[in-house]
Amino acid sequence: MNQIVEKEFFSENVVKLVVEAPLIAKARKPGNFVILRVSENGERIPLTIAAADETKGTITIIAQKVGVSTEKLAQLEVGDALIDLVGPLGKETDIHNVGTVLACGGGVGVAPLLPIVEGFKKAGNRVISVLAARSKDLIILEDEIRKWSDEVIIMTDDGSHGKKGLVTQGAEEVILREKVNECIVIGPAIMMKFTSLLTKKYNIPTQASLNSMMVDGTGMCGACRVTVGGKTKFTCVDGPEFDAHQIDFDEMMMRLGGYKTEEKIDFEQFMNRS
Amino acid sequence: MTIQSEYLKERRDQEWRAELRNKLKGKERTNLPRVHMPEESPEERVKHQNLEVNTGLSKEQALVEASRCMDCANPTCIEGCPVQINIPEFIKNIEREEFALAAKTLKQTNALPAVCGRVCPQEKQCESKCFYLTKLKKEPVAIGYLERFAADWEQNSGIMDIPECAPKNGKKVATVGSGPSSLSFAGDMIKLGYEVTVFEALHEIGGVLKYGIPEFRLPNKKVDIELDVLKKMGVKFETNFIVGRTASFDQLKEEGYEGFFVGSGAGLPRFMNIPGENNNGILSSNEYLTRVNLMGANNDKNDTLVLKGKNVAVIGGGNTAMDSVRTAKRLGAERAIIVYRRSRVEMPARVEEVKHADEEGIEFMNLANPLEYFADEAGRVNKMRVQMMELGEPDSSGRRRPVPIEGSETDIDVDLVIVAVGVSPNPLIPACLPDLTVSRWGTIEVNDNMQSSIPVLFAGGDIVRGGATVILAMGDGRNAAKSMHEYLMTINK
Ligand SMILES: Cc1cc2nc3c(=O)[nH]c(=O)nc-3n(C[C@H](O)[C@H](O)[C@H](O)COP(=O)(O)OP(=O)(O)OC[C@H]3O[C@@H](n4cnc5c(N)ncnc54)[C@H](O)[C@@H]3O)c2cc1C
Ligand SMILES: Cc1cc2nc3c(=O)[nH]c(=O)nc-3n(C[C@H](O)[C@H](O)[C@H](O)COP(=O)(O)OP(=O)(O)OC[C@H]3O[C@@H](n4cnc5c(N)ncnc54)[C@H](O)[C@@H]3O)c2cc1C
Ligand code: SF4
Ligand code: SF4
Ligand code: FES
Repeated sequence: MNQIVEKEFFSENVVKLVVEAPLIAKARKPGNFVILRVSENGERIPLTIAAADETKGTITIIAQKVGVSTEKLAQLEVGDALIDLVGPLGKETDIHNVGTVLACGGGVGVAPLLPIVEGFKKAGNRVISVLAARSKDLIILEDEIRKWSDEVIIMTDDGSHGKKGLVTQGAEEVILREKVNECIVIGPAIMMKFTSLLTKKYNIPTQASLNSMMVDGTGMCGACRVTVGGKTKFTCVDGPEFDAHQIDFDEMMMRLGGYKTEEKIDFEQFMNRS
Repeated sequence: MTIQSEYLKERRDQEWRAELRNKLKGKERTNLPRVHMPEESPEERVKHQNLEVNTGLSKEQALVEASRCMDCANPTCIEGCPVQINIPEFIKNIEREEFALAAKTLKQTNALPAVCGRVCPQEKQCESKCFYLTKLKKEPVAIGYLERFAADWEQNSGIMDIPECAPKNGKKVATVGSGPSSLSFAGDMIKLGYEVTVFEALHEIGGVLKYGIPEFRLPNKKVDIELDVLKKMGVKFETNFIVGRTASFDQLKEEGYEGFFVGSGAGLPRFMNIPGENNNGILSSNEYLTRVNLMGANNDKNDTLVLKGKNVAVIGGGNTAMDSVRTAKRLGAERAIIVYRRSRVEMPARVEEVKHADEEGIEFMNLANPLEYFADEAGRVNKMRVQMMELGEPDSSGRRRPVPIEGSETDIDVDLVIVAVGVSPNPLIPACLPDLTVSRWGTIEVNDNMQSSIPVLFAGGDIVRGGATVILAMGDGRNAAKSMHEYLMTINK
């Protein structure tokens, strides 16, 4: 049984859950994710493993409410159990000692970024993290990221925390200031697209972690396909991280919108019911 | 005489069978016409995703059909069955109204008769070797329908025969996956006294039987009743468990598992890699069928969604294509079209499925191949360009090769496209076992005993064959069980 042992809201729409999953806690690596179902009629949704405690046998997931499933997930309380949880899925992040790593996280993308930042730091890199969100209360995991970063730059659209501006401004400031050997970016597709364009300009190898739509998460359906370097790849088994400079972000954004109408209707029905 | 034919002769010589043979003259049997399977009307069935099309033979029909079988001295039909069911014995048991014994006969070699009676391509297997067809040029005995009749009779009787198991031998074995190959392996190993755990990555047991084949052909309940028998025999099922990820083979060995059967299937969908194929509204048949069959997306009470289309094209001519196109029709498509690059006779789908599709108003655009897809501004597919083909010389599969006709391109309006052009072996297991020998197509290589290059690891079903049938997968599972048992007994001596 995958019981919830801890729950905390980071903001109105972002919730952290610590869930019992001893085998996954033991096997997981940075970059891995799980697929879960909240209830009997639930869909299978992918969420990154933000942290794990092998001795307690738990994993931490952080979810942003965007639709029916994440809404239902956020309604679960400590003591409730997920009906299904499978993982760890996806390739692990290629973590190595390269020198200076620039880690950019946008919104809830900071959750999957956390284990990667930790990994790079432990591998002996200088890690500079740039966290960005619309406003102060949407910046999550700042303390945890600080723990594994040499420097943290906060960017908010409205200037309510850190500096006013976009993630790309924070990132460019670092790039102009010092040599960056590698960059990793996780966040909304549009944010990853522009960060990737920026690092391409400066020739900095960049990894982006994609959040395509998924069904099974085991390479069986192709719902998660993306174009990388002109070739079709399955995010769940070939990714979720890819060479950002090769990713067709426009296609990816188009595909993320593939169920928009249906999702909206579904969400409205759900909110009317509950 | 081989052991098998001696056994068959012995069974045939039983008094009751000899008596039954003399009850009717040969001519009285051969003059009977083949039974017709009763079915829901096409108008009614296209309204329901979960309404089984074939409703099953009545007792009277089954008795008459069973009496057609000549109880041949040389029952060639058995050669056509990959698990060598004693076909005349089960049919004669139906004829003398011993339905429970008929079911028992089936289950001696087939763990899922209610499934096989429904989905085997009988016209290519058992029925293709029936005396009626080969010698009399008449329609073969309806072996599949009778198999289904006996299996359903047992299921409906509420008393499922639970096969006996040998005393526990204290050894643990595991299967990777829960498709038909793993299930038949599990059934045989538990009988031999092993502790058996079935590990399945998805949240449901059954593999393609659950996520692929729709309920209008194979109701989930039919599969569940058979699974229940395995549970009662003591097989353990672990869902949401990906062997190689959730735990490694080494971890499982440490937990005491001594043998592994990999039946991980051919899960990787193929695409055609043509322009526009990643547009919205173009999906693999696996995605489409999984959303509907496994996740119940056709029902509003479930959260999973599925795109609906008015003009739906399904690319391919196999069972998967038929299942997809008929599903699209049931989900409200005005036009549901099969686009297949060869002609109807070359279609690999079961003949009955093609017939049913036809009756349901599916359009067949044969000798046509998609070249490119076009989309609206939101990225949703709205048109496809197809090229017409003609048939040339036979290729390595023996089927005539489709050759494009220059200048024959036409555009058709579509708002949903389902690509059902085949699957590749699931790469998860080979990826986590560097010592495992795989072919260049990614299938696991095994010897005649289904043993892989790693001695404790046996494999079968689609991961070995690269896409076959339920019954072949089950045959592999049985074969592997027998060999693994011999292997584990020798190394432990
Ligand atoms: C590998 C991977 C890791 C992920 N990790 C996290 C995580 O750690 N935390 C987290 O909050 N989310 C994560 N996601 C995204 C998360 O899976 C989706 O937000 C979730 O499935 C939405 O489900 P829903 O029913 O609540 O919303 P839906 O009703 O399905 O969607 C509502 C809105 O969200 C958009 N949307 C749908 N699916 C996705 C998606 N996969 N990604 C982004 N937007 C989407 C839709 O376009 C729609 O506008 C991850 C996705 C992947 C593929
Ligand atoms: C839509 C469709 C219709 C079909 N119709 C017919 C038909 O009418 N007649 C017929 O005879 N055949 C039909 N087939 C083919 C038939 O279903 C397959 O040949 C058969 O199911 C193969 O069985 P299998 O045991 O190899 O595994 P599968 O049924 O493919 O199951 C494999 C299972 O293994 C699981 N798995 C994979 N990797 C792991 C892992 N690492 N750990 C745990 N679990 C794992 C998968 O999730 C899956 O559930 C059809 C196939 C499809 C897709
Ligand atoms: S299992 Fe399949 S091939 Fe064998 S007798 Fe039954 S229907 Fe025929
Ligand atoms: S070959 Fe046909 S007639 Fe003869 S035993 Fe088999 S099913 Fe009966
Ligand atoms: S989610 Fe199905 S193949 Fe990736």
